[in-house]
Parts: sequence; structure tokens; C-alpha cells
Amino acid sequence: MAPRTQTQAGFQAGVKDYRLTYYTPDYTPKDTDLLACFRVTPQPGVPPEEAAAAVAAESSTGTWTTVWTDNLTDLERYKGRCYDIEPVPGEENQYFCFVAYPLDLFEEGSVTNMLTSIVGNVFGFKALKALRLEDIRVPVAYLKTFQGPPHGIVVERDKLNKYGRPLLGCTIKPKLGLSAKNYGRAVYEALRGGLDFTKDDENINSQPFMRWRDRFLFVQEAIAKAQAETGEIKGHYMNVTAPTCEEMLKRAQFAADLKTPIIMHDYLTAGFTANTTLAKFCRDNGLLLHIHRAMHAVIDRQKIHGIHFRVLAKCLRMSGGDHLHAGTVVGKLEGDRNITMGFVDLMREDYVEEDRSRGIFFTQDWASMPGVMPVASGGIHVWHMPALLEIFGDDAVLQFGGGTLGHPWGNAPGATANRVALEACVQARNEGRDLAREGNQIIREAAKWSPELAAACELWKEIKFEFQAVDTL
Amino acid sequence: MKTLPKQRRYETLSYLPPLTDAQIAKQIQYILDKGYIPAVEFNETSDPGDHFWTLWKLPLFTATTAQEVLNEVQACRYEYPDAYIRVVAFDNIKQCQMISFIVHKPAKI
Repeated sequence: MAPRTQTQAGFQAGVKDYRLTYYTPDYTPKDTDLLACFRVTPQPGVPPEEAAAAVAAESSTGTWTTVWTDNLTDLERYKGRCYDIEPVPGEENQYFCFVAYPLDLFEEGSVTNMLTSIVGNVFGFKALKALRLEDIRVPVAYLKTFQGPPHGIVVERDKLNKYGRPLLGCTIKPKLGLSAKNYGRAVYEALRGGLDFTKDDENINSQPFMRWRDRFLFVQEAIAKAQAETGEIKGHYMNVTAPTCEEMLKRAQFAADLKTPIIMHDYLTAGFTANTTLAKFCRDNGLLLHIHRAMHAVIDRQKIHGIHFRVLAKCLRMSGGDHLHAGTVVGKLEGDRNITMGFVDLMREDYVEEDRSRGIFFTQDWASMPGVMPVASGGIHVWHMPALLEIFGDDAVLQFGGGTLGHPWGNAPGATANRVALEACVQARNEGRDLAREGNQIIREAAKWSPELAAACELWKEIKFEFQAVDTL
Repeated sequence: MKTLPKQRRYETLSYLPPLTDAQIAKQIQYILDKGYIPAVEFNETSDPGDHFWTLWKLPLFTATTAQEVLNEVQACRYEYPDAYIRVVAFDNIKQCQMISFIVHKPAKI
């Protein structure tokens, strides 16, 4: 029990310096505290201690002026405390500020409540020029109030009977305009060629050209046919993202009734309450849940303001999802390798050590919460396969959209080209060959006996993406 | 341009040409190097909904060489030439199955 703060000398109205109450450098965080690291850029003239204390205050118990009802509570029990401030190396007027929040601030099992507190009004606070939440440490005591992913990596592999390799997917294109039957045909061709999954584009919900129910029915027929012919389990991420939670659940229930293996949701645009509800539905109904992240770059792209994606990824693992898009490192979308693999580990490992070189500010113990499969998608093709396997290992979904549908012979041969390339790389890696050094050679060898892969290699060999990543440390 | 023929597949490594015994041995060596527990299993059919195939003896908890495991694959093949056979591997630390690949198909298909 923290020492009681006595109500002293009655009530004095007015504005008090936050640093007097909320900057406590002597404080040792408790195991049950939720810890946060903010990158704080104070307005000119605002001392870092005041800015940091303001962050701690505004994201917990503080109000801009003193109120008499404060004296009816025990502030010590609820206030956030800034316990450490470090200048950001190499930056002028930026500070990493570490804040500890008592467990009682947050409702059990609510990512929504947690975020409303720690990234609420504080981000618009006048004394700050900019503010970015870099990382959080979720205490085990709080994590245990969440159920997390509906199934997790291990159960997904067992359900799908797929082991020892990354899974392969593809988003059906064009993203808008296909009729439900034409769409289903594209799904069938891609799945029969050797992909494990196809995916609804995030923009596809239920538009006039293709209503959700028609799409689900034709797609399910495509899945069943491809599965019967190949003898492998297939799935399509049926997007149940909808205008209301009731509608979302209605679509999810229809998908469950079709006995489809996996559905999909956009967790940031739809919101954490909807996502957590859907994750619970998926767990109860044996559906895997694929999570898209539209809007993330609005929140996570600016280095000095917003929320880093590693925090959004942690929040998703708590809210619930079996797959989450995480960038490719090698494709058309940006992402520094160390930083990306830092949050990929936060998605799928059980215990992750603090490592500043990977952007991980806190050691995170997930207390056996199931892992989320990272999805690498966007601008990748067969020549990227060795690097993708080398970087992500087996527990990832590699999604080749244009890299499948753009094959000169169509979806099925395009899918086969990717599957052959993947398996050639898996075989070579397991035999002890170095994917980084011999990658191109491994692909070329397989292209000698696979005409589908040879045609893909011919088409894409010249394409390169070499942008400087924006997300550096 | 070519139409992709309809063809039955058997999950990981089944899009490669059938593995030779020497290639199978290398994959088994990977299993042993990772500290996983290899096992052999077989089945008359390869329906995708069939999660369980019949175990050939017990998992090879004490195997130290790829040859020991390969011997069991060959023995299983000899006894069940018309079955599908795959090598699987378990991780007792992660407490789950980690590996599965096909090593034999019935002669008639």
C-alpha cells in the first residue's frame, strides 16, 4: 500500500506546476505498473521535466487546474509518474520520457480504455510541440485479463495442417469492380495453383457491384473446389468489416455457417471494441482471424508524433487477431529491418528482451498468450522469396498480389511459381544452404524444372525496389 | 502459355520433384539439428480434413542419426507400399508439431 497523502491545508484553487506532482525520478516502477516510453518534443522554453510531467499527468489523473474533489481521492494511487527522462541521441530538444501507470487506471480486458488513457487528450497538449508513444510494457497482471488471438500460430498450423514453411497468400485484384462470380473464379484459380489463402482487399466490404453475401457464397465454392482437387486445406480471408458491430457479427456468423476457415477485419478503422468483440466471436466459432491495418501510417509514420506501430501491434495481440500485416522489409512499402523484426517478435514470441537497436524499450513477457502470424504483403515476387524466408523464418504469411495475378499465364501458374520458389528455398535452407548468398541460384535451379517459375523469373527479374526506409532509430 | 494441370498435392515440399532418399536424409538431419523429435506416419488416403495419420511405431525419441530415421521410412514403405507416408517432427519445448513432409505416395497414382 502506497503511503497516504493527507489532504493538507484545505483547498487552494489555481494552476499548479505538473512537475511538482508527476515527475518522480526516485520512483521504482512496480511489476504491475503499465510502462510507457514517449518521445517528447517540448515547445520552446518548456523544460523537459515539466513537459514529461505534463504527459504523465494528462494521460492519467491530471486536469489543467486544481479541483476540490481531488481532495476526496488518494492521488498517489492513480497518478502516472514520469520516472526517467533521457535526451534522444542525435536530436535537438527531444526526450524519451518513461511513465509508469498504476494498474487500477485501466479496465480489465479493454484495449480501448487503455488507449483512451495513455494516448488521449495528452497528444493535443499545448506545452508539447509533438509527442510519440514509442513503446509500452504491459504488465502480466493486466495481460492476463485479455484472451488475445482467437487461436494463435500453433493452433492455426494444426487446423490447416501446414508445417515447416511460411504460408502463402494473395490479395484478389482489381480491388474494386469484380462481380461475385468473377471474383470467386480468381480465388479458385489462385488456390488451386498452390496458395494457402487468398484475401479480400481491405476496400472490399459490401459495395453495389458485389454484396458481401454473394461474395462469401461464390468464394466458399471456390475454396471447396480447390481443396478437393489439391488435397490441401485452403482459405480466403472473408472481410467482415462493416458499418456497425451488429452487421459485422451477422457477416461473421454467415461465414461460420459456411464452415469457412478464416475471416478478416480492419482493426484500426473499425476500432478496438469491434475488433475485440470479433476476436471473441472467432474463438467461440473456430474461425481464424486475419487483421488488416488500414490507417496505421496515419498514426505511426511520423517519427516525432503519433504512435509507433510496435504499440499498435501489441494492442492487436491483446485485442485479438491471428494474422497481422507487418511490412515486408524488401518490398515496395518501407520498414527498417531491425525495427520491423523487433515488432514481428513482439507479435509472435512469448518473451522479448529490451533491445534499443530494435526499438524495443521494455522487456515484454506475454505470459503464454498465443502469437500472431505476421503478414508480409506488397510489391513482392519470386525473386524476393529467399530474402523473405531468411528474414521472417517459417511463422509468417507471405502475400504475393501482383506477384501471383500478374503472372503471364494467369493466377494458377502464378501461384505455382510462388509455391515452387518457396519450397525450393525451404528445402535449400534445411539442407544448410545460405539463402542470403545463394538465393538467386536456388531460384534459378528450380526454374529449370518448373516452367511456371521460369516464366515468373523472366517477367520480374528486372524489377527492384530500393527506397531508403523512413523508419530509422 | 500453359494451363496448370489439376494435380493432387501433399503440403510442404510436395511442389518439388519427389525427394530422393539422400534428400530426405538431409531434411531429417535438419529436424535433428533443431532438437525436434522425428516420427513417421502413414495413411491410405490424403484427404485434407484428415488431421491424423497412423503412427509408424513411436516417435524416434532417441534417434541421433538421419539414417536411423530413414531406415524406419524404408521399413514403413516396404510394409505399406500403397500408403501415403510422411515424416513429421515435434518440439517438446514449444509443445507442438513443427515439421511435416511427404516421403512416399502409392505407386498407382
